[in-house]
Amino acid sequence: MIKKEVVVIGGGPSGLAAAIEAAQRGAEVLVVDSNLKAGGQLFKQIHKFFGSSAHRSGTRGIDIGTELLEEAEKYGVEIWLNSVAIGLFQEKKIAVERGLDVEDKKLEIIEAEKIVIASGASENAVRFKGWTLPGVMGAGAAQTMINVNRVLPGERILMIGSGNVGLIVSYQLMQAGADVVALVEAAPKIGGYGVHASKITRAGVPIYTKHTVIEARGDKRVEEAVICELDEKWQPVAGTEKTLKVDTIAIAAGLKPLVELAVMHGCECIFDPLLGGWVPLHDKNMESTYPGIYVVGDIAGIEEANTALEEGKLAGIAIAEALDYISSEEAKKLKDETWERLKGLRMGPFGEKRMLAKEQLLAAAEAAKGSAEEHQIAASAGA
Amino acid sequence: MSAFHDDDMLVCRCEEVTVGEIKEAIRQGARDVTGIKRRTRAGMGLCQGRTCERLVQQILRQELGTVPEEIGASTPRPPVRPITFGTLAGGDSE
Repeated sequence: MIKKEVVVIGGGPSGLAAAIEAAQRGAEVLVVDSNLKAGGQLFKQIHKFFGSSAHRSGTRGIDIGTELLEEAEKYGVEIWLNSVAIGLFQEKKIAVERGLDVEDKKLEIIEAEKIVIASGASENAVRFKGWTLPGVMGAGAAQTMINVNRVLPGERILMIGSGNVGLIVSYQLMQAGADVVALVEAAPKIGGYGVHASKITRAGVPIYTKHTVIEARGDKRVEEAVICELDEKWQPVAGTEKTLKVDTIAIAAGLKPLVELAVMHGCECIFDPLLGGWVPLHDKNMESTYPGIYVVGDIAGIEEANTALEEGKLAGIAIAEALDYISSEEAKKLKDETWERLKGLRMGPFGEKRMLAKEQLLAAAEAAKGSAEEHQIAASAGA
Repeated sequence: MSAFHDDDMLVCRCEEVTVGEIKEAIRQGARDVTGIKRRTRAGMGLCQGRTCERLVQQILRQELGTVPEEIGASTPRPPVRPITFGTLAGGDSE
C-alpha cells in the first residue's frame, strides 16, 4: 500500500486547482487522471471564456489548461496519467488502476490523509427510436473528436439541446468543417447565451424551439433524423414531423455528476435538478459529510470551468489549513477572497439559480453535520 | 404517434434491456432504480449505468409519478470503471 498526504481524483480544472493550492503550501499531492494528458475538458475549450477580468474572461480554456499544468509541475504535484480510480474504501483508501509507461496496468491501493474527488460529470443520454445507432453521440464526445482528436464525427449534424454546450459545440463543428443542419430545443426558449446562439443563426442554421427528435433512421448508422413539434405539455404534435438528412445526432442534454466514488465512501447526497441530479453535500471548505473527503467541480453540482477552478482552490486551501501548512487566519483570508470570486461568477440569470441551489446544499450540509454531532452527543451520553 | 410506441426500444445498451422489460419490472413491483436493476440487470453492464440510469429514472417517474428521492440511484460497486481480471489479481495483464 502506498501512503500519500493528499490524493486528487481527476485532473480537470477543479482537481488541478486543488492540487496546486495544497502543493504550493507544502503538501505532498498526487493527482490521478484517466486521460493521457491532464486538464480535463479544458483542452477542448478553444473559445474564450466569459466573465470579468478577475475570472480570466477572454482567455481560452486550452490556455488555462496549459497554465495549470505548468503550475502543477512548478509546485511538484505528482500526476499519474492513464490511471483510473476504480474504488474508494474506508478508511480513505483509493484503488487505482495505474497506467504504466508500457501498455501495462497495475492495481495500486493508496491510503490518503485527504482526498479530493474531482471526477467531473458524464453526459445525459436521450432516448428516442434508433438512439443506439452509431452516429448518435454526446455533444461532448463530438467536441473531443474535433478539438482533441481532430476527427470529424460526421458531415451533417443535428444537435439536440440549445444550452451553452449545444450552441458552442455546434459552432465548433461548423468551424471544423461539418454542416450543422439544425438544432432542436424542447423548451420554448433557447437555453444558452444569446451571443453563442446568434453566431449560429447568423450562419443560417435554424434553431427549432419546442421541438424534439423522435427517431433516428438508418441501416448500419444514422442516415436520417425525424424531428417534430412539442405542445404545451411537451407531447409531440402529430403531422409536424420533419425528416432531416443527417449522419450524426449530437446530444447536449445536460450532465450528470459522477458521484460513484463519493457514494461508495459514504458521503451523503441530495437530489437537486439544478445541480444535475444527485450531488454530495459539502460545506464551505468543499468538504463532504465524510471528514477528509472533499468534492469539487462538476461532481459538486454542474457548473462551469471557472467556478470549478474556484471550488478546487477552496478545497486546496482548506486542506493546507487542516494539515497545518498555513495558519487559520491566512486560510480564512484566502478562502474569503475565493468565495468573493465565486459569488461574482454566480450572478446573472444562469448563475443566480445555481447560487441559490448551492446555498441550499450548504444549508443541508450544515444540518447533516448538526444531526451527526447530536448522534455523537447522544451516543456518548448513553455510554 | 407510432414513434412513441416504444416498448422494444433499448434502455440499457450493455445488458440489452428494453423499455417494455422495465415497465414489466415495475408491474412486478419494482419501485426504484435498484429494484429495476435486480429484476432486469439494467445498469449492471460495462458502463455500470452511467448511460441508462437517467433513462431508467425517467421511466420510473413516468410510470409511478413518484419523486426522484424515492426513485433513487443505483448503488455504486467497485470497480466503477472496467478493468481486466489480470490487473485486479495484480498479475500480468496478458
